[in-house]
Amino acid sequence: MLKYANPTFFLRLVAAALPWLWGATVLTLCAGLYMTFLVAPADYQQGETVRIMYIHVPAAWLSMFIYTVMTLSALGTLVWRHPLADASQQAAAPLGAGFTFICLVTGSLWGKPMWGTWWVWDARLTSVLVLFLIYLGLIALWNTIEEPLKAARAAAILTLVGVVNIPIIKFSVDWWNTLHQPASVLRMGGPAIHPTMLWPLLVMAVGASLLFLCLHLMGVRNEILRRRLRRMSYLAAEAADHVLEPQPEARA
Amino acid sequence: MSDHAEFIIAAFLIAGAVVAVMLGAIMLDHRSLRRALAKFPPRGEGDGA
Repeated sequence: MLKYANPTFFLRLVAAALPWLWGATVLTLCAGLYMTFLVAPADYQQGETVRIMYIHVPAAWLSMFIYTVMTLSALGTLVWRHPLADASQQAAAPLGAGFTFICLVTGSLWGKPMWGTWWVWDARLTSVLVLFLIYLGLIALWNTIEEPLKAARAAAILTLVGVVNIPIIKFSVDWWNTLHQPASVLRMGGPAIHPTMLWPLLVMAVGASLLFLCLHLMGVRNEILRRRLRRMSYLAAEAADHVLEPQPEARA
Repeated sequence: MSDHAEFIIAAFLIAGAVVAVMLGAIMLDHRSLRRALAKFPPRGEGDGA
């Protein structure tokens, strides 16, 4: 584990893994889109509109999964002080915001023809909107605090506070009466949807997860380079100051 | 594809656009960081982050 904590080793690992991961991502997403539009049947009630599910549900799962990744990274920052943990957290927040935005917009586009409204303030929709706002808050926090270590600790604490929202999102459809349908895949007793719809959904979910993995690794790589650049700029400024200051022997 | 096709197309197009923006932002950031780092003399391996 300590070997992977070395940023130079991590950069080399990412450079080797990314082409393969991108290849797997493109193949899986192409297969998922093919199954979504050409294999999966229309729903007997919703008709073709059900195809929005194949993008909405993976985005919804990812929005919660990314926050879980950020929570683990926050623990890595606060408890183990892992050198890559805050880089991982910082790189994941914009991706979490992006996938949550996709979830909200596609949900709205699915809701209008099915429910007759773009938005309702029910527990599921509102708690996902809160998750989106938490992501934006974390991005703002990283950009507000100039000192990287302080920013990492503050963001880690806010992330740990915000994790309470994840079980609220997951169980909101069971705890309250909502317009949103209850869980039909990740539920006790197994999936409630037909395999002809389940498989395309799972393939799209794997593709979206691989996409997140690629983007996250690229984001962490950028954060490592940013820290390297900051340190080198600092060393260069320090060396320039040293040259400008008159040396004691030079004065004598 | 007949009923509500515009909603389906909009959902997939918006999702694609958001992913493209995220990927583009990361790639541009990477390019600018590489350019900025290239101005400094190269350092040895294992110098950490």
